Amino acid sequence: MVRIDQTLDARNLICPMPVIRTQQAVSGLENGQILEVLCTDPGALVDIPAWCRVHGHKLISAKNVGDETIVRLQICDS
Amino acid sequence: MAVKRKAIALISGGLDSMLAARLMLEQGIHVEGLNIFTGFCVEGHTHAIRNRDKNRQKRNNALWSAEQIGIKLHIIEAIEPYKEIVLNPKHGYGAHLNPCLDCKGFMVGKAREWMEQNGFDFIITGEVLGQRPKSQRRSTFPVVARESGAFDRLLRPLSAKLLPETLPERAGWVDRERLYDISGRGRHIQIALAEKFGIEDYAQPAGGCCFLTDESYSRKLQDFWNHRENKDYEFDDIMLLKVGRHMRPGTDWKLIIARDAGETQYLRGYRSKFAHLSITSHSGPLSLIDGPIQDRDVELAARLVARFGSSRSAERVDVQFTDRNGRQRMLSVAPMQPIEVQQQWYV
Ligand code: SF4
Repeated sequence: MVRIDQTLDARNLICPMPVIRTQQAVSGLENGQILEVLCTDPGALVDIPAWCRVHGHKLISAKNVGDETIVRLQICDS
Repeated sequence: MAVKRKAIALISGGLDSMLAARLMLEQGIHVEGLNIFTGFCVEGHTHAIRNRDKNRQKRNNALWSAEQIGIKLHIIEAIEPYKEIVLNPKHGYGAHLNPCLDCKGFMVGKAREWMEQNGFDFIITGEVLGQRPKSQRRSTFPVVARESGAFDRLLRPLSAKLLPETLPERAGWVDRERLYDISGRGRHIQIALAEKFGIEDYAQPAGGCCFLTDESYSRKLQDFWNHRENKDYEFDDIMLLKVGRHMRPGTDWKLIIARDAGETQYLRGYRSKFAHLSITSHSGPLSLIDGPIQDRDVELAARLVARFGSSRSAERVDVQFTDRNGRQRMLSVAPMQPIEVQQQWYV
């Protein structure tokens, strides 16, 4: 089981808002902590992982579950 | 050891801003990107809503470009402060409702704030002299630099050699000789540069980076303003203008009719805020009613909506009407005939 430190509800938000909210949530977390983001805009499946790559955070998983997209990432301070 | 200078690059998702940032990396500058979400941006969500774009890769082009050139990208939301730019542009609108000159000053102003808060040294943009008739002229470049408060900390690497020297050049942080002198609407130098840098895939926005340059969108926005007391908007209003077929058979109300299943799904999210019509006897679009509809007009609205589904040639169609308070009633109507649909209803 992955230990989730914070869950961000970005459902019913349209891109790029889930990415913006993720960015804000990450700035309040510490190195090594894990954030889970719940979204309904399918664009989040591509955009949040891309955001993680450009900022050097670790993507743990990104998947569609029913009508939702769930992304988990681990903060890596660069 | 010389200090590594830092530049914040406005990244739109198009090729020019990507090249400008790449040129700075070439000169050993530390570059990070900034993308500003105003609510009008042509981005992933519009693709996400509509079915017809299902096969298109849904991606945020600004993030995509940042990744291509290997820089961080910060996306900031500026929906509220941007309203002033759209509602009262000091320098007026372009061909449609695009306030490009005010908008550029605003964006560079946001980059300046970011630069100051984060200890960066200067700002770069992908602006090219003469590329846009209203906002990218020799006379307007200084306006943007002045009104944004960036002054000579604003560098446009693609056209720098045609412009007065800026602080990064004067101070020797950047070698002016290695900057460019691109002007006009031609693309061949940018395309050659992209090739040189191995950038193969980039977005090519037609006309502009936002919906305000789109004629049909601007028409809907103008119609929206014409039918309310104040020239104003909320985020949901401008999002809904991007979705559906908008028809105004009444003076006080209009219909937003989904054009496919993707749009119906999207409009579902607004059912609690709007009166709406759903076809129950056939497959058909969900339609929102924006504005106070009179009881006597509900049937007309239902007949019109019935025209836009598989019910169009049926004799009778069942339509469920839900008012703003959630009260429902059923109507059995004959779909409107093409000849009855007035052209001026289309917004
Ligand atoms: S096209 Fe839109 S985003 Fe681009 S400068 Fe004009 S108003 Fe601003």
